[in-house]
Amino acid sequence: MKSMKTRRTLANITIYVLLIVLSILWLLPIVYLVITSFRGEPGAWLDGYVIPKEWTIGNYTRLFTDTSQFNYPLWFKNTLVVAILSCIISTIFVLFTSYAFSRLRFKMRRPMMNIVLVLGMFPGFMSVIAIYHLVKLIGLDQSLSALVLIYSGSAGLSYYIMKGFFDTIPRELDESANLDGCTNWQIFTKITIPLSRPVITYTVMTTFSAPWVDFIIASVIMKDNYSNYTIALGLFRMLERESVTQWWTAFCAGAVLVSIPIATLFLLMQKNYVEGITGGSVKG
Amino acid sequence: MEERQVKHKDKEEISTINAIAYGNWATKLTLLVSGFGNIYHKQFVKGLIFLSMQISAILLFFTFGWQYVSNMNTLGTHTMRSEIDPTYGIAVNVPGDNSLQILLFSIFAIAIMLLAFAIHLAAVRSSYAAEIDIKRGRQPTSFITDLRNMLDKNIHTAMLGLPTLGVLAFTVIPIVFMILLAFTNFDRLHQPPGNLFTWVGLRNFFDTLSFNGIMGHTFTKVLGWTLIWAVFATFLNYFLGMTVALMINKKGIHLKSLWRTCFVISIAVPGFVTLLFMRQMLADTGSINELLKSDFAQRLGLSTVQFLRDPAIARVTVIIVNLWIGIPYTMLITSGILMNIPEDLYEAARIDGAGPAKQFQAITLPYMLTITAPYLITQFIGNINNFNAIYFLTAGGPPATDYYNAGKTDLLVTWLYKLTVTHGDYNLASVIGIFAFIISAIIALVTFNITASAQKEETFR
Repeated sequence: MKSMKTRRTLANITIYVLLIVLSILWLLPIVYLVITSFRGEPGAWLDGYVIPKEWTIGNYTRLFTDTSQFNYPLWFKNTLVVAILSCIISTIFVLFTSYAFSRLRFKMRRPMMNIVLVLGMFPGFMSVIAIYHLVKLIGLDQSLSALVLIYSGSAGLSYYIMKGFFDTIPRELDESANLDGCTNWQIFTKITIPLSRPVITYTVMTTFSAPWVDFIIASVIMKDNYSNYTIALGLFRMLERESVTQWWTAFCAGAVLVSIPIATLFLLMQKNYVEGITGGSVKG
Repeated sequence: MEERQVKHKDKEEISTINAIAYGNWATKLTLLVSGFGNIYHKQFVKGLIFLSMQISAILLFFTFGWQYVSNMNTLGTHTMRSEIDPTYGIAVNVPGDNSLQILLFSIFAIAIMLLAFAIHLAAVRSSYAAEIDIKRGRQPTSFITDLRNMLDKNIHTAMLGLPTLGVLAFTVIPIVFMILLAFTNFDRLHQPPGNLFTWVGLRNFFDTLSFNGIMGHTFTKVLGWTLIWAVFATFLNYFLGMTVALMINKKGIHLKSLWRTCFVISIAVPGFVTLLFMRQMLADTGSINELLKSDFAQRLGLSTVQFLRDPAIARVTVIIVNLWIGIPYTMLITSGILMNIPEDLYEAARIDGAGPAKQFQAITLPYMLTITAPYLITQFIGNINNFNAIYFLTAGGPPATDYYNAGKTDLLVTWLYKLTVTHGDYNLASVIGIFAFIISAIIALVTFNITASAQKEETFR
């Protein structure tokens, strides 16, 4: 019996040690990013040492004052506008599609769901090239509205997680509401939506953060129209060979700043995120 | 008698075929003039809407679509040229064709016509429905009732209308366009409007699959690495993430939420930020090599490592960095499910004398695999197309001289990006995209069938 107990303590100690090591490994890059953003010495490389010798907030102020080459406040504003608009449109589209596929029965339901499944297997980037030429031909190329359209236009395709959640809401609720004379629209707005807060939060979060982290679509659409750059494009440009030595510490400051809204959102919504992605089957 | 009744009932089902076969003359005339049947049955608003839709679709096709569709077979014959204007005797520029425009607008025009045709058939059905209503002595539905039904009985058309249009415009048409490009010679040498491109049949596919050419060689190599990457990135993330979740959730481990937060913080930072930061840290003169150069490390016998520039090391590096990004996600998702496994299963196993390893193998793993199978499949396909992890870290490098515009860590999707954005070889990129689709489709179909999670949705109700 005693050997069992010592074995368990030993196992727990090993786990604690492992967890401490892993936590350090996971926190270190982020801590180092924050440290670098406050570093006084310029340049991308340090010679023979890691901890900065001089501390400053100049990197942060520089982002908002030295805007001739890299206009960080403008990128931030662009991204915010695109994110808000595409988040609203996408969430509505996903809500509609998920409700229709989960709750309604109509002739084209199965075929449409199968088509969506097939469409999802094409590399998303493949269509971006064509979309670029499409928006160019209608005169919207290199514009923020094109970005909003692209981020939200196909949102109906990503109904999978929300539909999974709707599937778990008991059908009896709908049926009794129907007997009371509710239309489908009333069932949707008065029963389904209020019961789906976690998954709606999840959708709002993912669609809102997509424009902040997307590089590939924005880079194809914007090309060299710097005044319509989003955060990800702009920060990537800061690290090009000609500018990286001058702008590295400012890049880190910019990266910290862009992380703050996303991180706050994420930490607040963490529980909803998990419930959303596991389709409500888990109440963790 | 009974049989005839059944047949009679079948006839009254509202479908396009029944409308054409059994409808009255007004319904049949609707086949030519959209909305006529509705007007005849006194549903004026509906009829006029159908009619105006038909007229505008035809007008649109002849004023806009036809000039492109008529050139579909050649994709344009002449580029911009100068001609002497006969009345003024001076040279003027005559605009030429643009293959890209012809192809894209033709697809667009054809899509609009197909949509118009579907609406047209709906008009025929609507007329037949009104006819049946009258025959049964009922009032045909008024426009107001139809609108009201859009919020109840027919709510799916109202809800799916805009999302479907969005998917058509931003996914279906672009994909059709890219698939068609695979059969053209739209490469760096044929960039319209300066140089037109045209149809070349299956030549691009033969080039890609010819194993002695440079394209075929690059394709097999990049495809091989893409699959290796997807397997490692998906399953290492999955098992290690689950291990972390198991450790945190183990009985007797304190500060669970602290440990969880440590990992979750890394999710909260946007992926491209951490990837670009890691790229700088892992560079030849980056912080990690700076540490390896220090006296202390030298005394330990360590030397600097070309994390991102040595082909073999770079491949390991991207997989490990991807673990850093992926493990917290798996940890977060699996820990909830792990806590949901019924405790009595474990108790029964312990009574039977099963150790922790046996318990994991017999209870935890099967349970997790069945619940997270859809997640695993999407992860795998997501990793095949994982652009960010590769592009931000190595940009596909180190370059390989025996590859066609690709590097040693390039995935199909980053190669596709380079071929189009940097080099303009759209036709080859389309071929690669089609192959990536085929691979994803096969994997998804096979695994979906194995896990049969397609049937899961019905078990919930």
